[in-house]
Amino acid sequence: MGQLLFTVKKWMNENISAMGEIKLMKGNEAFAEAAIRSGCDAYFGYPITPQSEVMEYLAYQEPHKRTGMVLLQAESEVAAINMVYGAAGTGKRVMTSSSSPGISLMQEGISYMAGSELPCLIMNVMRGGPGLGTIQPSQSDYFQTVKGGGHGDYRMIALAPASVQEMSDFVKLGFELAFKYRNPVVILSDGIIGQMMEKVELFPQQPRLTEFDQSWATTGKPPGRKRNIITSLDLDPAKHEKHNEKLQEKYHRMCENEVRFEKIGCDDAEYLIVAYGSCARISQKAIKLAREKGIKVGLLRLITLYPFPYVEIGHLAGKIKGILSVELSAGQMIEDVRLAVEGRVKVALHNRMGGMVPTPEDVFHALVKSFSIG
Amino acid sequence: MKLEEIVKPENLVYVKTGLMTEKPLSFCPGCGHGVVHRVIMEVIDEMGIQADTIGIAPVGCSVLAYEFMDIDMQQAAHGRAPALATGIKRCWPGKFVFTYQGDGDLAAIGTAETIHACNRGENIAIFFVNNGIYGMTGGQMAPTTLEGMRTSTTPFGRDVALMGNPLKITELVAQLPGTYFVARHSVHTPLAVRKFKKAARMAFENQRLNKGLSFIEIVSNCNSGWKMPPVQANKWMEENMFPFYPPGDIKVNGEPVRKAEKPE
Repeated sequence: MGQLLFTVKKWMNENISAMGEIKLMKGNEAFAEAAIRSGCDAYFGYPITPQSEVMEYLAYQEPHKRTGMVLLQAESEVAAINMVYGAAGTGKRVMTSSSSPGISLMQEGISYMAGSELPCLIMNVMRGGPGLGTIQPSQSDYFQTVKGGGHGDYRMIALAPASVQEMSDFVKLGFELAFKYRNPVVILSDGIIGQMMEKVELFPQQPRLTEFDQSWATTGKPPGRKRNIITSLDLDPAKHEKHNEKLQEKYHRMCENEVRFEKIGCDDAEYLIVAYGSCARISQKAIKLAREKGIKVGLLRLITLYPFPYVEIGHLAGKIKGILSVELSAGQMIEDVRLAVEGRVKVALHNRMGGMVPTPEDVFHALVKSFSIG
Repeated sequence: MKLEEIVKPENLVYVKTGLMTEKPLSFCPGCGHGVVHRVIMEVIDEMGIQADTIGIAPVGCSVLAYEFMDIDMQQAAHGRAPALATGIKRCWPGKFVFTYQGDGDLAAIGTAETIHACNRGENIAIFFVNNGIYGMTGGQMAPTTLEGMRTSTTPFGRDVALMGNPLKITELVAQLPGTYFVARHSVHTPLAVRKFKKAARMAFENQRLNKGLSFIEIVSNCNSGWKMPPVQANKWMEENMFPFYPPGDIKVNGEPVRKAEKPE
């Protein structure tokens, strides 16, 4: 058995580096493979369930041989995010991944990176909380991700993958956005998306950048250039307010340009489900069940959680009878849905917590019950 | 002799180090930080490695080190400087990377980062200024505060039964296989400054040769925190800090330095 496993792994090792091929992979593995293919310069991480496959996959792939990518297991999530900070401050494409309790430990570093305007990619494969919680899937880090998490007024673009394909594709997109805005970008995944296996079409290997914008980065001060400083500190309140205003202007630009979502069956819909990640996949089946029963339900699948599609939801709210927010939390995203709806239609919640997951039938029945359909 | 004659290049006995910026130092008069800053910048200047050096500033009195050192620098969260240095050095093995940290930063909140960077043998230099007190926040107890020493959070002296013992982290990291050069110095006399400068040079030369981690503790004073005038603070340091934190090499070329055995 061990020999077979080794042979299979060896085969994968030899074949996966080819271009654009289709594979059956775990979400976490697809993410790790995409990291190497995206031309990422370094990954720093610390093991935690349910995302340990990321570093395991990378270690087995020996990315220093494939692309020269640095891989280092840190002594803690605190150290990992600060290694990311250091490397990102030199203009490199750097990433880390963790799960909920580990992401909590990273919040200080994330706040510093937002304050110092450093690009990086962070994946959170959410598990249930609070505290050590459970290793089962959850979406209860929504507030932490989109409302701040660390101290200070900062925001991060949050991408929510709903398939193994997106676990791969969002690595590339995430790095693009991180460098476009010089800001941390979060891939907010969950234990289902991270652990499930699906077909994935891997994008071709991109080269690691040897020439990139170093005008702001700390790579050593050559003669004639002003020294570069990476810091989030300014003891002059007037100057620090200006810095905060600059950050807010950047977040405003994100809201103008980066809202992403997918509309499924929304054109003739009388009811709307809003969901992201694994809940969007479950809800996709639920709207099919509803339509078989003649109930016209659409699904708005959120791809960016920040920026949030307030305008689109507000627009849809004017055309439908009710919205159901489906989430694996006590009801976090629903607060943003309600802000978008501004009381125009009824907004109901269907949720599970603590690692429990609803079935499509559960969601369908919740929809019927919430809006007294039929 | 007129002033104009004195400042003629041939008459100068001291000039400002080239790699120190024009910004006046924000440290208290008599504090050792300014000298440590200057010595490190002198070494980088003399080695001609400014274009390849990245420094990490800590949280504490030297948080603004990047205002005074004319090199590319990053400012770290409290205690995390060795992690930043690791991230940089792993991506840029050819660059020179150093951290500049105080006792609270390196030996309390950042102990894990310190020990693991040392244990991995990261090819960096760590400069650790130990004055036995939290200067920036107003003189609270540090991990290196001596037994019986008064601080604003130990107003009746550090009671080790209650607050634990002062931490000799320099001796601790010298035990780790990843450290190549570990030494303790001071900067309170011209001789001490020259010795420290020699060690600082060795720390950067070790990096050039990929030897592993160089760790230099600088036992220093804190006139404001200790509530003493500078001369008295230096005397107090010699009489009280040096017996517990004795200056000298602890590990050279990866080998522990054997102390001469005391005669019976």
